[in-house]
Amino acid sequence: MAANFALNDDGVVVVIGSGAGGGTLANELAQKGIKVVCLEAGGRHEIQDFVNDEWKSFAQISWLDKRTTSGTWRVSKDFPNLPAWIVKAVGGSTVHWAGASLRFQEHEFKARTTYGALDGANLLDWPVTLAEMEPYYAKAESKMGTTGTNGIPRLPGNNNYKVLAAGAKKVGYSDFHTGNMSINSKARDGRGSCQQIGFCFQGCKSGAKWSTLYSEIPKGEATGNLEVRPNSQVLKIEHDARGRANAVLYADASGAVQRQRARIVAVAGNSIESPRLLLNSASPMFPDGLANSSGQVGRNYMRHMTGSVYGVFEKPVHMYRGTTMAGIVKDESRFDPRRGFVGGYEMETLSLGVPFMAAFLDPGAWGRGFSSALDAYDHMAGMWLVGEDMPRETNRVTLHATDKDKFGFAIPNVHFDDHPNDVAMRNHAFARGSAIYDAVGAKRTIHTPPYPSTHNLGTNRMSANARDGVVNKWGQAHDVKNLFVSDGSQFTTGGSENPTLTIVALAIRQADFIADQMGKREI
Amino acid sequence: MRVLDKRSRISRRGFLKSSAASTAAVGALSGGMVSLPALPAWAGSLKAIDPAAAKTLLVMVRDLYPHDRLGDGYYERAIAAMDEAAAKEPALGRQLNEGAAALDAAAQTQRKTPYAALKTEEERVAVLKSMEATPFFQKVRGDMVVALYNQPEVWAKLGYEGPSAELGGYLHRGFDDIDWIKEA
Repeated sequence: MAANFALNDDGVVVVIGSGAGGGTLANELAQKGIKVVCLEAGGRHEIQDFVNDEWKSFAQISWLDKRTTSGTWRVSKDFPNLPAWIVKAVGGSTVHWAGASLRFQEHEFKARTTYGALDGANLLDWPVTLAEMEPYYAKAESKMGTTGTNGIPRLPGNNNYKVLAAGAKKVGYSDFHTGNMSINSKARDGRGSCQQIGFCFQGCKSGAKWSTLYSEIPKGEATGNLEVRPNSQVLKIEHDARGRANAVLYADASGAVQRQRARIVAVAGNSIESPRLLLNSASPMFPDGLANSSGQVGRNYMRHMTGSVYGVFEKPVHMYRGTTMAGIVKDESRFDPRRGFVGGYEMETLSLGVPFMAAFLDPGAWGRGFSSALDAYDHMAGMWLVGEDMPRETNRVTLHATDKDKFGFAIPNVHFDDHPNDVAMRNHAFARGSAIYDAVGAKRTIHTPPYPSTHNLGTNRMSANARDGVVNKWGQAHDVKNLFVSDGSQFTTGGSENPTLTIVALAIRQADFIADQMGKREI
Repeated sequence: MRVLDKRSRISRRGFLKSSAASTAAVGALSGGMVSLPALPAWAGSLKAIDPAAAKTLLVMVRDLYPHDRLGDGYYERAIAAMDEAAAKEPALGRQLNEGAAALDAAAQTQRKTPYAALKTEEERVAVLKSMEATPFFQKVRGDMVVALYNQPEVWAKLGYEGPSAELGGYLHRGFDDIDWIKEA
């Protein structure tokens, strides 16, 4: 049964966040007999609480605390207080993720070496290689039940996929299929198989999709070593006179501030909250924020190059039937600078319901050009474009100069400007996406700008050298040896792949390292 | 391929029997056969929006999101949702009433006719474009893109089936039934 640890228990590992990184790390540590308190800012909504209604679900699970934005990205104009579309709930963004589970390619761990020095980009090689990650990717795929791995059959393709695949074949692509999805194609690990419900973004009502909410966390709780505290917003990490983290201040469900003592602290609040927390944890010993001697905390914010293409056809598609991300074209994810940009991108089916389609198809648009697209809603196929964007020092999460949250801590501002490489890649991807749909008879294709960011990365990046980043190859802070970063903010670069599988693999690997270091009394 | 019939209607009694909460499921089950009637004396029933402003707003919202297949009832319900908010927030009520008056004034200046009396959509859109930068326009546009398209009855008309989990998903209801495309 779930554990219950005292606030003054200084032997616990405090994990902040319960998503792909935090939820996985918490379970992995608990399985090894290590005591864990997992503090989650959001509430605990179980499968039966999820709703097949886009706006209702959005209000139920999204991170809606006020944030501000700046920079030239269009999100800042259309959704100035919603830079990211992520989840505030137990399970974090594994509640609303689509399930795509792709390994990084070898060269993507060596972006600086492969791509060279790009003006205006802060590229760096990861201090980890694909060879080092492979065993952990394998463990992650097994844990998550990823289709196309471990003998698990791929999911059947839905209508939206069939349009994508037929178009991809016609334009000459060859590497397309229904994906490597952490959605059960047959019952596995106590969870049933996919019922093709749709609404993957609203929380999977059948539990076929892997989420830490109903996989990692209950397993961790069953060991008796894990206590998850929902509605616990972490405010600050404290340290002792030696500069070691020793406690975490958080506001509990009633708003009262509590102090949980800690032997080790792991931060996994996603790439906006994690750097915000380190910056808000500044002290006389760490005047620029905790673990920020490099000045890189909050910098190199990446959100993937994204965009969508919707094709309108003479005959019906009903793209919303079945899984949201039902298939992928991988041909463009290669490194091939002849296309006019470095890095690559994936093309993955995506569908939105009518409410979100209206809000996101072309934010701010009105009149017949807009409404005629919605009139053709059931004749639409859709794809999402997701590719590697360039880390830039100036794309960053900072503390707002004046705005505070209800606990008196500075809210985050998210600044983003596309790098010219991102723009070139997006234009290429829009054209190729249109070509796919045109090849199977689209009457119209629509290029939809990036949604508020779902893939938030890089703001506490890994580096071999302490001056270049915030954490080392284990996610351990260069400056504070018992402080870890366990989410996508440790990514050195973004790759072209959806990040969750890499976050989970890194968390499994980090748990091994933490256990080893605890055993040696290093931390 | 299982397609939806958007033409027929279910009986009004059958429709009224469904609670607000189950309207979505009704919309999906009936395959778009729900048709909302325009509301009688709608403009006079609003709490914060003046009747004259309501009539202008109705035409404005139709011009913002024109769907010739949708009767006025869908638009009226969307505006009524904004009226509910305005009833609790006097500043919003003022913004809507004054904004509608300003829209009429702009139409008078540019075309010598009140907005809603302008004969063609083209003329009205030209006036709307001149108002596009105003907070009033942006407020109405932003609220209506949510309120109009968040109605299960509108989903049905556009061929979107809404909630599916309680119906067992689409595994046996056409997730892969497209019949006009050659399998890759």
